[in-house]
Amino acid sequence: MTDLAVNHDSDLHDGSHDDEHHDHPSDWFYIKIALILAFFTLIEVGTYFESVHNAPEWAMYAVLTFLMVVKFVMVGAYFMHLKYDTVMFRRVFIAGIVLAIVVYVIMFLAYNRFGFA
Amino acid sequence: MTETAVASEAAAATDHGHAHQSSGHDTSTGISNNKLMMWVFLGSECLLFGALISTYMLYKERLPDGELGPSDVFDIPFTSLSSFVLLLSSLTMVLALSAISRGDYRNFRIWTLTTATLGAIFIAGQIYEFTVFYEEGLGYTTNIFGSSFYTLTGFHGVHVSFGIIMLLAIYIMHRQGRLNQDKAETVEIVGLYWHFVDIVWILIFTVVYLFPQPESVL
Amino acid sequence: MAITEDRPLALESGEVVTKNNRPLGALTRPQSDVGWASWFTTVDHKKIGIMYGVGSLFFFLFGGVEALLIRIQLSQPGNSFLSESLYNQVFTMHGVTMVFLVIMPMAAAFANYLLPLQVGARDVAFPRLNAFSFWCWLAGAIFLNTSWFLGGAPDGGWFAYAPNTSATFAPGNGMDFYAIGLQIAGIASLVSAINLIVTVLNMRAPGMTLLKMPIFTWMMLVVQFLLLFAVPVITIALFLLTFDRSFDANFFNVAEGGSPLLWQHLFWIFGHPEVYILILPAFGIISEVIPTFSRKPIFGYPFMVGSGIAIGFMGWGVWAHHMFVSGLGPISVAAFSLSTMFIAVPTGVKILNWLATMWGGRLRFNTSMLFAVGVITMFTIGGLSGVTHAVAPSDTQQTDTYYIVAHFHYVIFGGALLGMFSGFYFWWPKVFGHKLNEKWGKINFWTMLIGFNVTFGPMHVLGLQGMARRHHSYAEADGFTVWNQVVSLGSFVIAIGVLAFLINVVVSRREAKRNPVEMGPDPWDARSLEWSTASPTPVHNFDKDPVVQYQDDWWHRKWGTNDEGTIVRIAHPEDIADDGSNTNVHLPSPSYWPLVLSFSLPIIGYAIIFSLWLLIPAGIMFLAGFVGWALEPADDPEAAHGHDDHDDHGDNHDAATVSVGAEGASVD
Repeated sequence: MTDLAVNHDSDLHDGSHDDEHHDHPSDWFYIKIALILAFFTLIEVGTYFESVHNAPEWAMYAVLTFLMVVKFVMVGAYFMHLKYDTVMFRRVFIAGIVLAIVVYVIMFLAYNRFGFA
Repeated sequence: MTETAVASEAAAATDHGHAHQSSGHDTSTGISNNKLMMWVFLGSECLLFGALISTYMLYKERLPDGELGPSDVFDIPFTSLSSFVLLLSSLTMVLALSAISRGDYRNFRIWTLTTATLGAIFIAGQIYEFTVFYEEGLGYTTNIFGSSFYTLTGFHGVHVSFGIIMLLAIYIMHRQGRLNQDKAETVEIVGLYWHFVDIVWILIFTVVYLFPQPESVL
Repeated sequence: MAITEDRPLALESGEVVTKNNRPLGALTRPQSDVGWASWFTTVDHKKIGIMYGVGSLFFFLFGGVEALLIRIQLSQPGNSFLSESLYNQVFTMHGVTMVFLVIMPMAAAFANYLLPLQVGARDVAFPRLNAFSFWCWLAGAIFLNTSWFLGGAPDGGWFAYAPNTSATFAPGNGMDFYAIGLQIAGIASLVSAINLIVTVLNMRAPGMTLLKMPIFTWMMLVVQFLLLFAVPVITIALFLLTFDRSFDANFFNVAEGGSPLLWQHLFWIFGHPEVYILILPAFGIISEVIPTFSRKPIFGYPFMVGSGIAIGFMGWGVWAHHMFVSGLGPISVAAFSLSTMFIAVPTGVKILNWLATMWGGRLRFNTSMLFAVGVITMFTIGGLSGVTHAVAPSDTQQTDTYYIVAHFHYVIFGGALLGMFSGFYFWWPKVFGHKLNEKWGKINFWTMLIGFNVTFGPMHVLGLQGMARRHHSYAEADGFTVWNQVVSLGSFVIAIGVLAFLINVVVSRREAKRNPVEMGPDPWDARSLEWSTASPTPVHNFDKDPVVQYQDDWWHRKWGTNDEGTIVRIAHPEDIADDGSNTNVHLPSPSYWPLVLSFSLPIIGYAIIFSLWLLIPAGIMFLAGFVGWALEPADDPEAAHGHDDHDDHGDNHDAATVSVGAEGASVD
């Protein structure tokens, strides 16, 4: 039976399966990622304190959003192994994220939350 | 409740998974069914939390003048500490997976329990935070900020709690000898869920707590 | 399908256990796969599919009776056959029932039965989750309908606009039943979607690449993705509603700044994909039926797949056309008008391809094909009136009139439901081993089609004359009387048509019992893999794992080309189809726990509505189901270990010892 169960689906399978479990980084690598994440979180928290509070609002939004996205991507890519795993997981997850962003942003647009329409 | 069923299935996988099936070489894509199930489920969760976060953001700005708002109750230093705790738990989770994948059971047990503990500390912090907010006058029914804030963070808290249950489940299964190196994939699947919950907190922390608070519009 | 073996079974650790009848005390898995009790514990996708079908037909009768009550009420001006309050409940439950308890589970019936067969698998990826989905749906459906006896059914319309559903304006328990009942049904849909996505992506037979899958499988895959992403949106909307009603939250409390529009947005972000969730299964079904009865391959296969995916995508960008009169502002309205017009394009592609498939084909107009052609024509009418809604000024005029009612019945009844009936006639022999009677079938089709048009055609006129939907009565002076009487007459003609179907089921079954006709595995000379095994389908589906070379692989096994290039038969289905004789197949054991787990959910619902004390029994039941699920043995040790790599290497070559799809066996 096993000879029938070979991978035969090239349109979905990107060949990463074989090395799925070899590419996983070392513990030290994970610790480094966590340190970077902690550092970004520190910056985020830092924006809260008075000294930076006088910065223009758009700059605050820009910096915070940027750091949020970077942290999001790092956890997804390294801790959740999306970087090493098969492309299908990435597609399914990103489909959900993109769809969520699109529909809810459109909803906000329809609510005239961004100042036009 | 949906995650209950899905996770129960993941837990069952631990229980019954045959060694040779954990790598999923029998499927037509070469991907394990269980892992694909978790990813598909997480894709769906994006729209769930998207709806909650959108509701919160919308209602934050619609809060009528003079109502108790975010800037009145939030305690950013405290919540930052909670955020660090949850972030740290993601690290210990990935270390637990790394340990069991190389057969290092002692460290697997340590890191799994540490992860669950950090999760529990986070939940305790959330309960404390809710209590303080309540004492400051923000109940669930006080205004639309209260309703949408507690609903959003509450949904997240329920997800974390459920993650803790799953972590304890894999710990117990391991103690019973039913979850070992060959079933590291189950730990990975629980880990995916755990990291996802962490990711959602990354969003909530920025969007709910750190974004500049409106000076009561409308 | 438990195959007992005499030899000891090997554990993974290598040690040998002897057989033990009760290895884990109460946690043994149920054994029987025959008899009435087996239906409660089955994890077989075919039995679950049949149960979905029976359940949806049962609620179809329910929803139909509700429709007749509405029509009796409206057959006379100023009628008082139903009270205002009861009328609200009846039309709300008619909509909720037909959408969530009829069309969706009917599609799930086809998906459950056919997807594993069409991709060449032995079951779905997670058989127990599949059983959970079904019981969960049934639990939600029963829960919803118990509202009739527990303080009144939901009465806020099927889309339950806030703040009309708030505790102030809907003081009974009805809308609580609505919110929680749909929540439970939503869990069923979501779990089933995850399960079927994994099944289609991961359980395909060797050679069955994505672009060799039958169109029905493709359309159902698109539907599952739509469910996957749409259900969480209504989950949140329903939670917000429940929290508002039960825990005094302020989400739709206008006085506190809550936004009723948020409900509309969330509902229709779910609701418009839902429209395609309802119609795409029917598109899939007739894409199987039309090629078979035209004796031609489907025209433009890649376009059929592509347009299905395109509909799925674009379905996410049109929801606000349900809200043109809610004051969205001109830019939003213009944008959603445009996107709505564009979505007609992939739908048009599909209609063109069905017509092109029939063009020049050798058509056989049996009942299944008639229903399929009925879908094309009726859906086209509904689609065209849909385009008139994309035109915002026209839509503004038509909103909440019978014109809308006419439109969506043309697409849901004329499209989705006729498609399902086409599927019934087409796959009946596959499922039950005998065809449905053609004479009764023709009666069924023509009465239904004529009744349908007599019912919903005049509604266009009524709507344009200004008759508003959901009104309990109208005055003589309104001038709606004549058309309303025609509509009511038509609704009873539909009822006769449905009755003809039920008679047909009984008559055909009796005839098949009294006078069994050997019709073989493939009575229609069809094209996809489910026909390559015996009818009715053996419990293990295929004797040997199918290996796929072509799109429409089964057809290519029966037909080839000779030297002159003409198509000639190279094999008879009876000779090459599996006869179901392979009994050496390992299948997952039945399980009690999906049933226990799912029926704890409505008790939680009653707890929220009536008394939180009920959470105690509900919690115990839920926990029992959960723990039992996690701890029950993978399979009964009595059953053969089909996929046993440990000691079977020697004799694995000739024996077709196969296990139900890979992980399926391990997870379940």
